[in-house]
Amino acid sequence: MAHQQHLPFAGLPFSRRKFLQMITVAGATTGLASFNLIAASVPTRGAPEKTAGSGQETIKLSVNGQPRSVSVDSRTSLLDALRDHLQLTGTKKGCDHGQCGACTVHVNGRRVLSCLSLAVMHDGDTVTTIEGLGQPGSLHPMQQAFVDHDGYQCGYCTSGQIMSAVAVLKEPWGRDDDSLREAMSGNICRCGAYKNILAAIKQVQSA
Amino acid sequence: MQAFNYTRAKSIDQAIATAAQATTAQQGAEIRFVAGGTTLLDLMKLDVEHPVQVVDINRLPLSSIESSAEGGLAIGALVRNADLANHPDVRARYPVLSQAILAGASGQIRNMATTSGNLLQRTRCVYFRDIHSACNKREPGSGCSALNGYHRNLAILGGSEHCIATNPSDMNVALTALDAVVSIQGPHGRRDVPVAEFFVLPGATPQRETVMEPGDLITGVRLPKPTGHAKSLYLKLRDRASYEFALASVAIVLALKDGRIQQVAMAMGGVGTRPWRSASAEQVLRGNAPSPDLFKRAADAFLASAQPQADNRFKVELARRCLIKAMSDVSTAA
Repeated sequence: MAHQQHLPFAGLPFSRRKFLQMITVAGATTGLASFNLIAASVPTRGAPEKTAGSGQETIKLSVNGQPRSVSVDSRTSLLDALRDHLQLTGTKKGCDHGQCGACTVHVNGRRVLSCLSLAVMHDGDTVTTIEGLGQPGSLHPMQQAFVDHDGYQCGYCTSGQIMSAVAVLKEPWGRDDDSLREAMSGNICRCGAYKNILAAIKQVQSA
Repeated sequence: MQAFNYTRAKSIDQAIATAAQATTAQQGAEIRFVAGGTTLLDLMKLDVEHPVQVVDINRLPLSSIESSAEGGLAIGALVRNADLANHPDVRARYPVLSQAILAGASGQIRNMATTSGNLLQRTRCVYFRDIHSACNKREPGSGCSALNGYHRNLAILGGSEHCIATNPSDMNVALTALDAVVSIQGPHGRRDVPVAEFFVLPGATPQRETVMEPGDLITGVRLPKPTGHAKSLYLKLRDRASYEFALASVAIVLALKDGRIQQVAMAMGGVGTRPWRSASAEQVLRGNAPSPDLFKRAADAFLASAQPQADNRFKVELARRCLIKAMSDVSTAA
């Protein structure tokens, strides 16, 4: 969760996120030469090629209550705009194909998959991410319920699970366990924390 | 993903004029409309679709659900699947449509996906989705890897030697059983196409999936007035309980009068290259009293022309049992 980013990692004088950035940069440097070889061998298709970046556009969003302006390529997904342009890395990239639910955010109050939407389609929209839901010290009731019921193991799917769960309680679903499980079926948890996730949602539902 | 030019359509006419410059209709075209994006962006990331221009139609005024003059329902092309499934009129008067939509995809996807996008969603055949495989639908003339490959989820009805891809939609199956009409606006005006005629068989041109022409835009779907006392339901069989495409599904609408079947419409998903209707099966049922024997004869008629592949023979029996269960359940409710 968000507060882990700012804490020392494994006794080292930098955060887990900083550590991951460091090793990613190192890996990218050693991998550059082979990447260029692969890129050069990909045949181009018949369609007219456009130079990358020709579709650059500036869009305005309201993100977690703040007006934000971001310049993106036409290909940039809403997910990548949030993570890479606005540094809101609480939203996770899982499959990037709409099959796992890790990238779930709220757009204009509804839960959607940010990986299957282009950022440029959202000019003027209101977006809420896990960072906007609550912060350490002032958690949203659903975040607190996931903590209370241990609704995660590795935590990678958790922000998507929580964003989905908050929306589900505003959607027209039955209140029984089966209805909640069905409503949450678009959020996959490889660790299998489903039982505790359900318990967390029920805690908020009955509050 | 290949680079593309993004524009937002300011009007229906402008969207049509732009798309009319493409050489083919929407699916696979170099100028593509985007609505929910749930099919298109997925396939663009896989390089299965690689338009040079994407026209965003999300802000066109096509998002309403209204009662039609004939007592039916007029559904805008951009109505989101979740809103359609949860609309009070749809839940009350067309439960099969509500059930079918809610049986497909996930809550998030249903919040994004639209009526017209669902009509045009593309097959889940793994070879269509993999640009390194032979696929006549994606690359005409390249062959069909599915015929001798993984085809558990593919068609036993309506296939050809060129393609056995299934239409993956649940909504389309319900629309087929409801005799829905697709409203299309194009460079040459407007026309209405019954959904049963909207999807075409693959034959030798599986890249062409519908009757749409370059520039055509689906503006909405119209549902006829339902028969007052008819009952309907959607039954879907799949490899996991939720968030999975159908191996076999049935949408059925049935009305009894004096203990006999007065009206029936029955469509299947997951087994055909398009949502499948069988006039002969409905003929078996019409005018007769519901019975297990009658249902078996109707199911056999429905599947009489089934041509399974080596690894999906089980689907003939699965489809048969799915039909019988749906007929039995809806008759009990009727």
